Formats: sequence, structure tokens, C-alpha cells
Amino acid sequence: MTAENTSTIRLDDVSLSLGGREILSGLNLEIPAGKVTAVMGPSGAGKTTVMRLITGQLKPDAGSVWLGETRVDALKPKELNGLRRNIGVLLQNGALFTDLTAFDNVALPLREHSGLPEALIRRIVLLKLQTVGLRGAADLFPRELSGGMNRRIAMARAMALDPDLMLYDEPFAGLDPISLGVSLRLIRQVNHALGTTSVVITHDVGEVAKLADQVCIIADRKLVASGAPDELQRSSHPLVRQFVDGLPDGPVPFHYPAPDLETELLSRKVRAQ
Amino acid sequence: MSPYDKPKGWTAPLRELGRAAVFLLTTLAHMKLSWLQLGETLRQIYFAGVRSLVIIVTGGFFVGLVLTLQTYDTLTRFGAADAASTVLALSLFRELGPVLTTLLFAGRAGTSITAEIGLMRATEQLDALDLMAIDPLERIVQPRLIAGIIAVPALTLIFNLCAILGGLVFAVFMMGNDVVTFWSGMQSTVELWRDFGHGMLKAVAFGVLAGWLAVYFGWTARPTGEGVALATTQTVIATAISVLMLDFVLSAFML
Repeated sequence: MTAENTSTIRLDDVSLSLGGREILSGLNLEIPAGKVTAVMGPSGAGKTTVMRLITGQLKPDAGSVWLGETRVDALKPKELNGLRRNIGVLLQNGALFTDLTAFDNVALPLREHSGLPEALIRRIVLLKLQTVGLRGAADLFPRELSGGMNRRIAMARAMALDPDLMLYDEPFAGLDPISLGVSLRLIRQVNHALGTTSVVITHDVGEVAKLADQVCIIADRKLVASGAPDELQRSSHPLVRQFVDGLPDGPVPFHYPAPDLETELLSRKVRAQ
Repeated sequence: MSPYDKPKGWTAPLRELGRAAVFLLTTLAHMKLSWLQLGETLRQIYFAGVRSLVIIVTGGFFVGLVLTLQTYDTLTRFGAADAASTVLALSLFRELGPVLTTLLFAGRAGTSITAEIGLMRATEQLDALDLMAIDPLERIVQPRLIAGIIAVPALTLIFNLCAILGGLVFAVFMMGNDVVTFWSGMQSTVELWRDFGHGMLKAVAFGVLAGWLAVYFGWTARPTGEGVALATTQTVIATAISVLMLDFVLSAFML
């Protein structure tokens, strides 16, 4: 593929095993620039692993990970740090620093990397907090805010340096309907206003239709489907159907692999305590 | 291997030691000095050192009391009660001061450093730093390690001072000994470098050890409640055992 390609993120034939378990095998994935792409799949399918590959926290056993023209998995630690300054990541629980106020959390990457005077940093932080609706909570500590608010502060921190790429890891997990609506609107708003490429790792089928331009479904260690949300709604692929319709059994089995129930019940073997 | 996968098998302790050494060397290689770092280091010295003062002052005072009580009782049988202050000062400066301070430090500050770093990993704060292109070894580990190295010798000084005061209270105010005899006995026998200086050198070595083990066990703690609990226990046990062992080795070389 050439540099003119519009795809900003590309995973080529990526395989990865962790702790002796194969997580991804021959995964090919393309995420277009400037759009909101949802990476979906059942729990444990390797969605967060994909995010960690993009940020360079994990290196693939085989294959390559590209961000624009940069091969992420071949970067040295210093080069990787340079790359990460252009990536904003919202981790699952926000991962705010509990000993810092909301203001200082958002100011941290600016103080570390921007070299701007404190007066200017203050203005940028207040504007970022205004974007997420929490300027009034600038002096509060994460423990004084709700889970949803913590995630919004973390979102303000992730976009403090105006990154080209925003990664959201399960941004809707455990949110009440109001916080969820706020998060959806913010992700869209950030994508439109800043023109960033947004990747949302989620398994929330209902919300994805409202948010994403493109959906990629990962299951069984590889990409099983990708396309616009309504295309996937019409898909006849059994795994996509099970996932979209929320069926308890199907290609992803309800039962964890186990010996035959009758044999186990009638067995005299006593389980070790 | 992820940082919290512990080595298994009969060679595990040796491999763990090797990993801890590699961790220390990596931390040293990542060290960076800046105003931001200086501020954070001072904050950590406050948390690890200043906040340990209550236990150090109380512990030191009562160790001084009981040590003088015991030596006074024993030496009186040989008619050498005047030497009690000398015995107190020598045993404190050479051995008890650095060793007991480090053990108290490991229980009070070492565990808190381990639990803090362990919980930062469990709540993805270390990941968040890494993703913001901020080196967690430099920002989280380095200030806490330096805080241990500075706090332990400083606390040892305070521990020694409080223990001498405890000894003074017992010998002079409770047993009615002459205060001049108490101080002059100590002054004439204690050598600045051989007794006091060697003790402070030990305190620096123990500070490195206590700080190193606290950050290492925190860094390698499994990101679960059980993992953090285990790591804090390991910090106390490993620090206690290794300080006592290192104390013997250092004493053998210094005498």
C-alpha cells in the first residue's frame, strides 16, 4: 500500500499471542482518516489488544502496524514517545491521577510537552474543560466526581495536545443514559471540530449506529466484517448476526469448553478444594 | 513476560533478585533531573520522611529508654553504671539506629509506596502516563526511590537523637545519675567517623535497599487487590531480611 492511501491506521497480517494464548491471527484492518470507526467484538476477542498495538504498547509476533507512513512496531522508545504525543487515549476507567485535581490532570501533558507558559496552559486547560462541560469542577479531585465526569475529564486530558488520533477504550461501559448521551455527543463533536481520526473500542451495538461512520467486527482472532453500521445490520454472516442481535448462543458458544455434563455429574471424582 | 509474572521453580529467588537488579539499573538509566522532577521528589520526601516522624520519634525515644534500662541494670552488677551512656550511644550509632529506622520506614513508608504504585498499575495510571509519552519510571519510580535514599539517613539521625534523649531521661531523671557523667562518658568514647560515620553510611545503604524494594514490588504487583496486598507484605519481609543480612556484611567490613 502506498503513502497516498487515505487510511491512517493499518494492521497488516498481524498475529499476536499473550501468555501462551493466541489473541490475533492474520488480522488485517484498515481505519480511514478523519472518521469515527468503531472496533467491535465479543469480550476477549482482542479489541483492546488492537488499541495497544496501535499505540505501540504491544508489538505483534508477526505482521506490521502502520500509522500513516510510520511503522509503529519498528519504532524505538524515543520515536514511539514522539508518536504518542499525537495520539489521545481515553482508557476504560479514565485513569486520572487521584492525587491531582481535574485541572492538573488536564494540564499534565501540556506542562510536560508543550513548553508553554503557565498562563497560557491555564487558558487551554479551561477551554478543554469547558468543551467537556466541567470547567466548574476544575479544582475538584477525581474522588469528588462521578465515574462519568471522571471520564469526561480524562477525555479533556486526552485531547489537551490536540492529537490527530483519538482512541477510546470502552467509553460507554457502565454509564447512565445521560452520561452516555454526553459521551456520544462529545466524541462526535471532537471528531468534527478537530478533524481527528477517532477509534472507538466498544461492544455497545445500539450506540455504534448513532456514532460510527465505519464498524469493524473482530472475532475468532481476525476481522470478520467491516462496513457502515447499516450494512452490518443487514449482514447475514452468522457471527455478525449473533453479535448484532445479541443472541446468547451461536458461533460464539454460551458454554465455556467443558466435558460432557452427564459424564461429569455421574463421575465419582471429587473436586480439589 | 509481563512485569507481574513472577518467576517459578527452585531458581525463583535468584531470578527475582536478577529482575530486581535489572529494574534498578533501568530506573537509574531513565533518571532525569528537571524542576518538575525536583518538585515531585520533595513531595515524596515529605510523604515518606516527614510523615514517618511520629513513629520514628516515638520508637526512638522508647528504644533509648529500654536500652538504658537494660544496660544500666546489667552494668550496675559490675559497678560500671557510668558506662551506660557509652553503651547506648555505640549500639545506637553503629547498629540499632540504622537498622530499626529502616524496619520502621519499611513498615510505614515502604508499604505505602508499594501499594501506591501497585494501585496505579491496577487503575491504569501507569499506562496513561506511558500513553502520554511520560516515562513512568522517571515520573513515578525515580522520585520515590530518591525519597527513600534521602529519608532513611535523615530519619536515622532523628531516631538516634530521640533514643539518646530517652536514655538521658531514664539515666538522669529517673535513676538520678549525674548529667555531666552521662554526656562526658559518651563524648570521650564515641568516634565521629568510626562509630557515627559508619552508622550513617549504613543508613544510606539501607535507604537505597528500602526504596529499591518498595518501588520494585509495587511495579511488579499483580493489578488486583490480592496482588497489591501480597506486594506490600513482600516489601516488609524482603526489606527486613535483606537489611539484617546487609547489616552483618557491612559491619564485618567496617570493623
